[in-house]
Amino acid sequence: MNIFSKMIAAQNNKNTENNSIIASEVAIIWKLLEEVYDPELPVLSVLDLGIVRDVQITSPSPGGRSWEGVVMITPTYSGCPAMDTISMGIRLKLIEHGYNNIKVISVLSPAWTTGWMSQAGKDKLKAYGIAPPNSNQTEEDTRLFAEPAAIQCPLCDSFHTKLISRFGSTACKSLYQCHDCKEPFDYFKCH
Amino acid sequence: MKTVNLSTYQLTNYLLYLADTNLVLSQRNAEWCGHGPILEQDIAITNISLDLLGQARNFYQYAAVLINQSTNQRAGSEATEDSLAYLRTEREFKNLLITELPRGDWAQTILRQFFCSVYLYLLYEQLQKSKDDQLAAIAGKSIKELTYHIKWSGEWVIRLGDGTDESRQRMLKAIENLWPYTGEFFIPAEFENEAVTGVDLSSLKQPWLQKINTVLEEAVVWSPAFGDGWGEAVFMQTGGKQGIHTEHMGFILAEMQYLQRTYPGAEW
Repeated sequence: MNIFSKMIAAQNNKNTENNSIIASEVAIIWKLLEEVYDPELPVLSVLDLGIVRDVQITSPSPGGRSWEGVVMITPTYSGCPAMDTISMGIRLKLIEHGYNNIKVISVLSPAWTTGWMSQAGKDKLKAYGIAPPNSNQTEEDTRLFAEPAAIQCPLCDSFHTKLISRFGSTACKSLYQCHDCKEPFDYFKCH
Repeated sequence: MKTVNLSTYQLTNYLLYLADTNLVLSQRNAEWCGHGPILEQDIAITNISLDLLGQARNFYQYAAVLINQSTNQRAGSEATEDSLAYLRTEREFKNLLITELPRGDWAQTILRQFFCSVYLYLLYEQLQKSKDDQLAAIAGKSIKELTYHIKWSGEWVIRLGDGTDESRQRMLKAIENLWPYTGEFFIPAEFENEAVTGVDLSSLKQPWLQKINTVLEEAVVWSPAFGDGWGEAVFMQTGGKQGIHTEHMGFILAEMQYLQRTYPGAEW
């Protein structure tokens, strides 16, 4: 083995070592993101919502955890007022754990869909009293006056419900009422 | 000093046109907040308003990036989404005239939303395929929201047109008032260069008319664009894209901008 091969081998070893350190740091960050919640749906973490698209560490730092990198998030709706708060929440959570140089950036494409919401997220939504998005449908039926799909009441599990309004308390929800238990409820609409 | 690339200059103006159109329509719809005919519809129109505001922000943010890249801004005086929305004058706004008209009654608000949503849907469908990645991304994001707007406003056009005598009369009046402002949709401004936008604007006209006609036919069994209607003959108002606005524009800007102009840099 000549001197150059040795240098290259040493460099490769170092890269592999760096890569595995980076991978473990990235895993720690994903774990931390489980603790950042949507301010308007405080039972859902940003991971449950499916709005975190990627976590990258670009340059390892020699001293401690001052890694540089990005967390990429995507908005649920263009005008969602919770996005700024969520972005700040992620920054604060990371700083709290010593990740001072990780930026949070917003990407628009591919556009978010309720198909990215985790099953755990859907279960938590239902337990919170909000009907989770229908998993068989990610697009609104565009026909005018089309009969909306039957949505299950999150309180009494009846499918005997009716749409009151396609627009509800936040951009992501519609308003329904249950014919059986008579309770009004929010439905996290397909998108 | 860097030379300004012509296509960047046109793209920036195009983004401002889209941003202004969405912002002004959003502001007009927001006037219904607390005044909607019933609570659910008050919430619906303001939800739509919020979607439009979000879309406007995406366009302004991108325009600000391009402006700051192509000019040498002094530190602290860079363009931002806020400076573009709050500190430009009437002649600098490029929104479609239809968006600045007073909200009128519920019929006028609904019909304007329907006309604009169908138009923007068809436009974004093309822009999704733009060579400019960020423009395509904003269009792709917006179009999902527009499907709800078209459905909601289209159903309401039918409900009012096919409702009582009173609601039908109001819908007919709204058609008469708004139709002359729809021609501007399809007349390209100099910044709507097909080489920049990738959209042949005239190709959107037939699909737009078709969708509008289908709904109006069901609603009031009449449309200015039907065979013997006056739709093609009517004088179409233009000028919004060039910054030549109606008398209403100054008032809506005053309402929207007075806080930032009185207390520069004020924050919540």
